[in-house]
Amino acid sequence: MRLKRIKGIKFGLLSPKEIRKMSASKIITPDTYGEDGFPIELGLVNQRIGVIDPGLRCKTCGGRMGECPGHFGHIELAAPIIHVGYAKMIYRILAATCRRCGKVLLGEEARAKFLDGIEQQKEKQADVGDVVKLVFKEAAKNDVCPFCDEIQKRIKYDKPTGYIEIDKEDKERRLMPTDVRERLEKIPDDDIPLFGMDPKNARPEWMIITVLPVPPVTARPSITLESGQRSEDDLTHKLVDIIRINQRFMENRDAGAPQLIIEDLWELLQYHVSTYFNNEIPSIPPARHRSGRPLKTMTQRLKGKEGRFRGSLSGKRVNFSARTVISPDPEIEIDEVGVPKDIAKELTINVNVIERNLEAIRETLKRGSEHPGANYVRRSDDKKVKVTETNHELLAEELGVGWKVERHLQDGDIVLFNRQPSLHRLSIMAHYVRVMPGRTFRLNPTVCPPYNADYDGDEMNMHVLQTEEARAEAKILMAVKRNIMSPRFGRPIIGGIHDYITGLFILTWGEKRFEKEKAQDMLHKINIHDLGEPAGSFESSSGIQVPYWTGKQLFGRILPKQMDLQFRGVVCEKCIERGEKCKKENCPREAYVVIKGGDLVCGVIDEMAIGSFKGKIIEHIFRLYGEDEAKKFITDSARLAINCIKQSGFSFGISDEDIPKEGKAQIREEAVYAAEHKVEELIRAYDAEELEALPGRSLEETLELLIMQELGRARDDAGDIAERYLGIENAAVLMAKSGARGSMLNLTQMAACVGQQSVRGERINRGYQGRTLPHFKSGDRRAEAHGFVRASFKDGLTATEYFLHAVGGREALVDTAVRTSQSGYFQRRLINALQDLEVKNDGTVRETRGTVVQFKYGDDGVDPSKSECGKVVDIDEIISDIVEVDVGA
Amino acid sequence: MKKETLSILGHELVSEHILMDESEVKELLDKYKIRKVQLPKIKVSDPAINGMGAEVGDVVKITRQSRTAGKALSFRLVME
Ligand SMILES: [Mg+2]
Ligand SMILES: [Zn+2]
Ligand SMILES: [Zn+2]
Ligand SMILES: [Zn+2]
Repeated sequence: MRLKRIKGIKFGLLSPKEIRKMSASKIITPDTYGEDGFPIELGLVNQRIGVIDPGLRCKTCGGRMGECPGHFGHIELAAPIIHVGYAKMIYRILAATCRRCGKVLLGEEARAKFLDGIEQQKEKQADVGDVVKLVFKEAAKNDVCPFCDEIQKRIKYDKPTGYIEIDKEDKERRLMPTDVRERLEKIPDDDIPLFGMDPKNARPEWMIITVLPVPPVTARPSITLESGQRSEDDLTHKLVDIIRINQRFMENRDAGAPQLIIEDLWELLQYHVSTYFNNEIPSIPPARHRSGRPLKTMTQRLKGKEGRFRGSLSGKRVNFSARTVISPDPEIEIDEVGVPKDIAKELTINVNVIERNLEAIRETLKRGSEHPGANYVRRSDDKKVKVTETNHELLAEELGVGWKVERHLQDGDIVLFNRQPSLHRLSIMAHYVRVMPGRTFRLNPTVCPPYNADYDGDEMNMHVLQTEEARAEAKILMAVKRNIMSPRFGRPIIGGIHDYITGLFILTWGEKRFEKEKAQDMLHKINIHDLGEPAGSFESSSGIQVPYWTGKQLFGRILPKQMDLQFRGVVCEKCIERGEKCKKENCPREAYVVIKGGDLVCGVIDEMAIGSFKGKIIEHIFRLYGEDEAKKFITDSARLAINCIKQSGFSFGISDEDIPKEGKAQIREEAVYAAEHKVEELIRAYDAEELEALPGRSLEETLELLIMQELGRARDDAGDIAERYLGIENAAVLMAKSGARGSMLNLTQMAACVGQQSVRGERINRGYQGRTLPHFKSGDRRAEAHGFVRASFKDGLTATEYFLHAVGGREALVDTAVRTSQSGYFQRRLINALQDLEVKNDGTVRETRGTVVQFKYGDDGVDPSKSECGKVVDIDEIISDIVEVDVGA
Repeated sequence: MKKETLSILGHELVSEHILMDESEVKELLDKYKIRKVQLPKIKVSDPAINGMGAEVGDVVKITRQSRTAGKALSFRLVME
C-alpha cells in the first residue's frame, strides 16, 4: 500500500447535493423488516445501506456482514427544517444581513477592514473567532442596508429553533424555515468569509436541512431479544418518527389541508429532527421510549464520560489485563506477585506445541479448566476449540505438534505490574506470577516505594505478556531486581520500610543475646542453618553453660561473606556538621556502622542501612555483588526483621506519650512559661519604644520576628525536655530515631507542646479588627492571642488553641492540595516535551530529527542509576577501601 | 546616531561564547557526524551574539558552568 501524507483537515457543511450523492438509497418507508423476515426495500434497515444479518449480502458493495462497512441513505424532507446545532449561528447571520439583498450590513470600508483582519489571522494560522464576533456585532447595529437602503427589522431568536421578525410598530412575524433559507441563499459568496466560513465548503443555507442523511444500519444495529423479538436502536426509532411525520405532512399538504394544520405538522417535524440530533435541548421535552426512558440520540452518543470520545476512543480497555486490590505478603519474593486463582484461570498465555513441550502441555490439557489448565486450543487445521468439561480429555489425546494452546497463567510466568499514576518508569515493572488463593494481588512490602503503594485499598493492574519478544524485554529491562537502583537519585528505591527497619534496629541495637533455639528460629526460614561460633555463654539457673549469639552476629549471617563497609547511620547526631569529632566505634548511639569480613562489627542497623531511598548496605551489595545478591539481601533482611520483631512484639499507643509529672512541670516552666515571659518582655520593650529595629525591617516586623524565634525555640526546648524522659525503649522514639516512621517533631507535638501555628510563615493575624478571636482584647500581642498552642495533643487544646490550630491546619491542607495538582501538571508538560529525546551511542542527546540537544548526556554523561548518588565514583569509599582509613576522618 | 548598548559579555552569569573558524566547525561536524542544521540554534539577535560580530551560519562554542560536570561544552549555530 502506498503511504500518503495528511496535509490538512477541512471542516464544512454537507450540501443537499452531497448528501444525495453519497446516499446509497432513498428511505421512504418507516418500516424495518417485512413479514418474510427480510429487510424492506427503501426501508430503514434497507439492504443497500448495510447488512447486520448473517447470510445476507449488501446490495451496494456485495459485502457480507462484517465486510460491508455500511452506506448512508437519505430522506427527502417535505419542508426545510432548522438544524438545532446551527440555530444560534443562523440567528447571528440573519441579524447581520440585509432582509432584501442579503448582503452583510457593513459599509465598504468596514467590510474591507474585517476581511483583511480575517485574512491576517488565517495567515498566522490563528483563530478567526474574535474577528468574526466583531463582524456580527457591528453588522447587527446597522438598521438600514448600506447597499439597497432597505430598512431592517429586528430579529428575535425564539429558542431553540424559531425566529421572529419585529418591525418598528412592534408587529411580530414568525419566519418559517423556508423564509430563513431564502434569505440565507441571497447572501453573496463574497460575503461568506466575513462569517469565518468558506462558501465552497459551507454555504449558510446548508444549515437548514432539506435532505436528511440516514446513517448506515451498521451504526445503529438492532438487537435480537431472548424472545426472538427485534429491538431497534434509538436512532432507528427516531428516524421512524421523522419518516412518519414527513409522510403525514406531505399527505396533508397535497390534500390542501388548512395552514394551521400544516404549521402544526411542520413544528412536529422540527421537533423530531431536533431531538434526533440532540435529545437534551433545554426548553423542549426529550423524546422518550415507550418505557419512558429518554432516547439516546446523536449528541448523547458523543457527549460525556461514556460518550464516543471519552468512553470509546480515549478510554479503550486493554485485553489480557486484570485489576484488583493489593495486600501485603512478606513471604513471597520481591519480584513476585501473588495472583488470585480466579484471575489466573481467566488470563491466558499462548503456547506453540512442539516436541519438547508436547507431554507437559498434554498434562495441562488433561486438567481441562482446573487451575493449571487451558481455555482454548487451536488445532493444526487452525480450528479454535474451547476446552470444556466434556472434551478436554479427548483434546489431550489428540494434541500434536503444531497446535496452539491458550493455557492458564501459572507460577513463574512473567507479567507487568502497574500502579497509577504512572509517574516514572518504576511504576510499571515485571513480576513473576505466583498463583494464590484469595481475591487480591499479593505484593512484597519492600516494593511499595517505587509504586508509591500502600494497602489501604489501593488497586493495581496486571498485564500478561503475549509474545516471546515482550517477555524477553520485560525480563531484561523491567524486572524488579533490575530496578532496585533509582534512575533518579542513584540509591536503592526498593528496601526496608516501617517494621522492617524497626525489626533490624531492635535486633542490632545494643548487645541482645539469643539462645540457640531463638537464633535458629529467626534464621532457618531464610535457609541459613549455620549460626557460626557463639559470642559467649552464660550460666543458666540450673548451672549449665548456655551459649548465646548477639543480634549483630545474627544480622551478619545474611551479609555476603567478606563484605567490608563503613558508614554513619541516621541515628548519628551530625557530630561532624556540629564541629565535633565523630566518635566512630565508640559512638554512644551506635551510629557508626562497621562491617568487616561479612560481620557487623559495630553500629546499629537503621534506615540508612536498609531503608528504601537510603539503603547503604543494599547499594553496596548491588554494586559489588550484583542484582541477585541485592535481591536476596532485601528479602533476607525483611524476613529476619519480621522474625525478630515477632519475638518481642511491637506496638505503639497513647501511653507512649506519657511524661512523668516532673517532666511536665519542667516543660511548662523551662520551655513554655519562660518563652511566653520573654515574649511579654519583648512586647513591653516595643511599647516602651526600647526595641531596636533589625536592618531592613520595621519595628513591628522586628518584634514579630523576635517573637516567632522565641516561640519556635520554646517548642524545640519542650521537645528536648520530653526526649530526656522518653528513652529509646519508647516505641515512638525508636521509630523516629531509626527512621522507620514518624519524626521527633510528631512526638514533641503529641507529648510536649504543639507550638506556634502559622499562616504564610507569620503568626496568625487574621480574624477581627486587631484580634484573632473575640476571646482576646484588641491589640493583644501575646503568644496565646496569635496562635501559640502551649498544650500537647495528648493533654488536649483549649478552645482558642483549637480554633487557631484549625486556621494553620487549613493552610497546610490547601497548600498540599494545590501543590500536588500543580506539580503534577508541570511534570506532565515536561514529560510531553521531553519524551522523544534519546541518548545516542555517541553520548549525545538528540531529538527525532537528529538535532543535538545536549552534547553529553547531563553534561557529564553519567547514568544516575549506575552512579554513586549522582557522582561517577565515591572517592571517600575507594580511599577507605584501599588505605583502610575511615570515612570522613 | 548610534545607540549606546551595554555588553553583557564578561558577566559571570553569561557563559563564554567564542566564534569558531571553518576548520574547527568541520572537525566538530565530523566528530558528531551531523550536518550544520542539526546543531542547537541561537538567534543572531541574541545579546551574546550580536556583540561578537558573528553572522548567520556561523557556529559559536559555549563553555558553561555545570553542576554535574564542572564545565560543559555546547555548540550553537547562529540563525536568523
Ligand atoms: Mg493508598
Ligand atoms: Zn455495502
Ligand atoms: Zn440590502
Ligand atoms: Zn556520630
